[in-house]
Amino acid sequence: MHFQYSSAEHQAESAMSGMWLFLAQEILFFGALVFVWVYCCYQHPAGFRLATQHANLLIGSINTAVLLTSSFTFTAGLLAIERGEPRRLIQACFATIGLGVVFLLLKGVEWFKDVGDGLVPGAHFSLTGPDSGGAQIFYVFYYVATVLHALHMIIGIGLVLWIAWRARRGDFSRAWSTPVEVVGLYWSFVDVVWLTLYPLIYLAAL
Amino acid sequence: MSVTVDTPRVSYLTEENTIGSWLLTTDHKRIALLYFASITGFFFLGGIAAALMRINLLTPTGAIVSHEMYNRLFTMHGVVMVWFFLVPAIPVTLGNFIVPLMLGARDLAFPKLNLVSWYLFMTGGLFATYSLFAGGLDTGWTFYTPLSTDYTKGHVVAVAIGIFISGFSSIATGVNFIVSIHRLRAPGMGWYRMPLMLWSLYATSVIYVLATPVLAMTLILLGFETVFHVGIFDQRLGGDPLLFQHLFWFYSHPAVYIMILPGFGVMSEVLTTFSQKGIFGYKFIAWSSVAIAVISFFVWGHHMFVAGTSVYSAITFSLLSFMVSVPSAIKVFNWLGTLHKGYIKFDAPMLYALGFLGLFTIGGLTGLFVAALGADVHLTQTYFVVAHFHYIMVGGMVSAFFAGLHYWWPKITGRLYPEMWARAAAFLIFFGFNLTFFPQFILGYLGMPRRYAAYPPEFQVLNVLSSAGSTILAVAYLMPVFYLGYSLRHGARSPSNPWHATGLEWKTQSPPRTENFPIIPIVTEPPYNYPRPEDRTRAA
Amino acid sequence: MTLTLTSASVHSAEVDALLAGLLLMSLAVLALVFGLIWTYAIRYRAGNTEDRGAIGQKSWRIEIGWTVATLVVFFALFVWGADLYVRLYTAPGNALKIYVVGKQWMWKVEHEGGQREINALHVPVGRPVQLIMTSEDVIHDFSIPAFRIKHDVLPGRYEQLWFNAQTPGSYHLFCTQFCGTDHAAMIGEVVAMQQADYARWLTQNGGSDTLVAAGRDLFTRYGCSGCHQAGPTGGGGTVRAPSLNGLYGSPVPLADGTTVFADDKYIRDSILLPADQIVASYAPVMPSFSGQIGEDDLIKLIAFIKSLAAEGPS
Repeated sequence: MHFQYSSAEHQAESAMSGMWLFLAQEILFFGALVFVWVYCCYQHPAGFRLATQHANLLIGSINTAVLLTSSFTFTAGLLAIERGEPRRLIQACFATIGLGVVFLLLKGVEWFKDVGDGLVPGAHFSLTGPDSGGAQIFYVFYYVATVLHALHMIIGIGLVLWIAWRARRGDFSRAWSTPVEVVGLYWSFVDVVWLTLYPLIYLAAL
Repeated sequence: MSVTVDTPRVSYLTEENTIGSWLLTTDHKRIALLYFASITGFFFLGGIAAALMRINLLTPTGAIVSHEMYNRLFTMHGVVMVWFFLVPAIPVTLGNFIVPLMLGARDLAFPKLNLVSWYLFMTGGLFATYSLFAGGLDTGWTFYTPLSTDYTKGHVVAVAIGIFISGFSSIATGVNFIVSIHRLRAPGMGWYRMPLMLWSLYATSVIYVLATPVLAMTLILLGFETVFHVGIFDQRLGGDPLLFQHLFWFYSHPAVYIMILPGFGVMSEVLTTFSQKGIFGYKFIAWSSVAIAVISFFVWGHHMFVAGTSVYSAITFSLLSFMVSVPSAIKVFNWLGTLHKGYIKFDAPMLYALGFLGLFTIGGLTGLFVAALGADVHLTQTYFVVAHFHYIMVGGMVSAFFAGLHYWWPKITGRLYPEMWARAAAFLIFFGFNLTFFPQFILGYLGMPRRYAAYPPEFQVLNVLSSAGSTILAVAYLMPVFYLGYSLRHGARSPSNPWHATGLEWKTQSPPRTENFPIIPIVTEPPYNYPRPEDRTRAA
Repeated sequence: MTLTLTSASVHSAEVDALLAGLLLMSLAVLALVFGLIWTYAIRYRAGNTEDRGAIGQKSWRIEIGWTVATLVVFFALFVWGADLYVRLYTAPGNALKIYVVGKQWMWKVEHEGGQREINALHVPVGRPVQLIMTSEDVIHDFSIPAFRIKHDVLPGRYEQLWFNAQTPGSYHLFCTQFCGTDHAAMIGEVVAMQQADYARWLTQNGGSDTLVAAGRDLFTRYGCSGCHQAGPTGGGGTVRAPSLNGLYGSPVPLADGTTVFADDKYIRDSILLPADQIVASYAPVMPSFSGQIGEDDLIKLIAFIKSLAAEGPS
């Protein structure tokens, strides 16, 4: 406990407030991207439709399921430690990490296929024809958004790993599990970002 | 002050003095000093660029540098002054130092995050300034597309990365302040018992947290556009150059209030202390800060009245811009009400504060000139605008910074600064500032465009006047470096409350211990509860 | 040192009046603020032992009073400024049209009669003049301080600006949107002339061709006439393409079900980015001319297509 706090609970509440504020910042960050995305979508509806048709709906959907499950597993871990079961928490952490890694691997496969299909904005962009320009802009957003999201995932996996390590050290108990809660909040947020991106990337053309 | 001062033997300054203890400190007071050193460096870097520009403008054809060099200079001046001085200046130095003390807390809510924010700031700052030196950038601090993305050879991406990184330091500071103000107020300190400095820093932090990420995303897209030429902002590929301006000003107009709101906070503290009188209209000043923070998000379009947006948007943004100036006017009136029937002393902080009041009022009133649509068409993008925002940013914000710096100097260092020198500097700054920037209002009205490395000869006299003023201003800004530096070693020891002020920060020793307060104070009275001398004499 | 700026157009006096109004209001407020600071500083200095009496009870009335006063004054200024702004940018229909192209770092001007000038603009007095402006590269801004008017000049768009010059003379023309290295050199002069002088100037500088005639030549040279019908005869080849007769100023149904109004921007976009707006029941076969036709030529082509507005659609 830092000396500016009067109790552990006081510190825990402050940490949660801090994370909420950080997430407010994140919402504006991704919000700006989504705003520009939607704006450009209105400017080039045909290009965006064309591009969405080439997005990998199958991998995208599997990944959505994977990510939702990972949020579930982490929350299960949080509930476990609140009941005082650190072992369960560690298991939940590794399940979460596993799912996160699966997400990233699938994402990697998807990127690999995209690049292989020539879906890289620039001179050699494979979707030619009149709507090529709009489709390229779509793919800029696609890469910016998914890379940023993946970065958040990597940071998240690091945080969950740290939670598992601290749980193993016996830091958490029924009485005190603030970091678990804070990381859980972050992980759920990364999930929510994906749930915003998913329809923009994969479903807009349907 | 003939009171014998029992010098505190132990303070946050004496605790441990290895390099590591400073560079890895989590003490908000030490981090404030780290920030202070950085900010001073950036201020003089930006100042040197400004001085070179003013020298160049002594002659119509440009006295010393080429057009290209001039463009790089004003870009460097803008980027450094905006992002590495004005935006962070008061919050990260004075704010960092004073927020926990005012709250009656031992530190900010997240001390490690505070340290991280300094490292982010330095990384971003050094990266950006290195790029500005090494490659140069000539787009102006506004990075308008498509100039920045397709037509400049300057290091747009590198500078953008620097700003991007340091943006996260702003966010970290904002999160830290908001949580601290919510969670760490001393027992008994309700919201309306907080000093107004905290209200204004709270409003500032809200903008930090909500506006900076939009800039971050804008810079990412700008970088992509610059490197890959994808067409988000490029009309040749069906993009929209104005989209960039909307996104940019969505951050950068609130950023103007990031710069000035903390100055408002300093004003409320200094004016009450040196009038020995309670603040006039506490709630109005407090809520006007919040109102400014909120409305500031809806006025960005007033930078684009002649840019090609629709008439409807211009009319809406003009109305909103008038609205956002109402809370500022309320503040000025309330500060005047604070002086009324006070016991006014003219120590240096008060001189700076009165300077602020005058200069900010001029800056605010000229803001109405450019908010009024018909007038803006003529004045925008001329020196009138340059003069206007320098009255706010330099006349206002830098004066407030100096007011606060002198006011809290005894608390920060435990030493008193040389009063006569400080007063002389305050007068000199006021005079030099007006001589530098007042002629620019006239230049602007006459039509001289901003960002011109050369100009028609009829503008020379006013430009020479302005340059002459800037010489005085430069000397005046250097003076505090010397006399404050001198006081660090040779200044008289300060008692814990040299100004007979009321805030909690004055109830602990100068300089404070690392934990600020040996016992957490309990607040039992409203802020600025200055006793009336009449009551004192009556009681005696 | 001159501290006055020539007021040379119909609206410049109005802008000056607004500025004077703002200035008077500011001086009144400054007199109040500085006056009170001085008065209080002297009367209430700490050394002055004069009895201050009880602090007046701070009432909400004072706060509401000055807030409302501020609001009223601000609103009046807003209305004044907005009204002027709308008139500053609403060109009358009979305005003389002149075309301006900005590029790093010069202004190119073309008159309807084909007269061309660089970094100079000759206009008649007493007649509304409308500038139709675009940029070849970055954003510029066409500013004439003596007329109190300016507007950004964007690539890929036609922005407009108009004025009615009153006083003959030569005035500064500035680019006021930072546009790169030689931004400060992107200046020129605006010469306002008596109408007779202007007419003489036009004949003396007569271009080889009017814009319309030059546009007609380009229409053939770029191969437009191979597909599009333009004029009573000529044009229209094997490929089925929309006729351009009577196009300008009329609504155009598009393939995606929407309708656009055929203005300068539409024609420009249809030449450069034909695929974006396909006319209903036509195939998207037209190649893009982006990068192949300069802004000067586009202006001529558009002038030509505009001249076909009177032709009945065939």
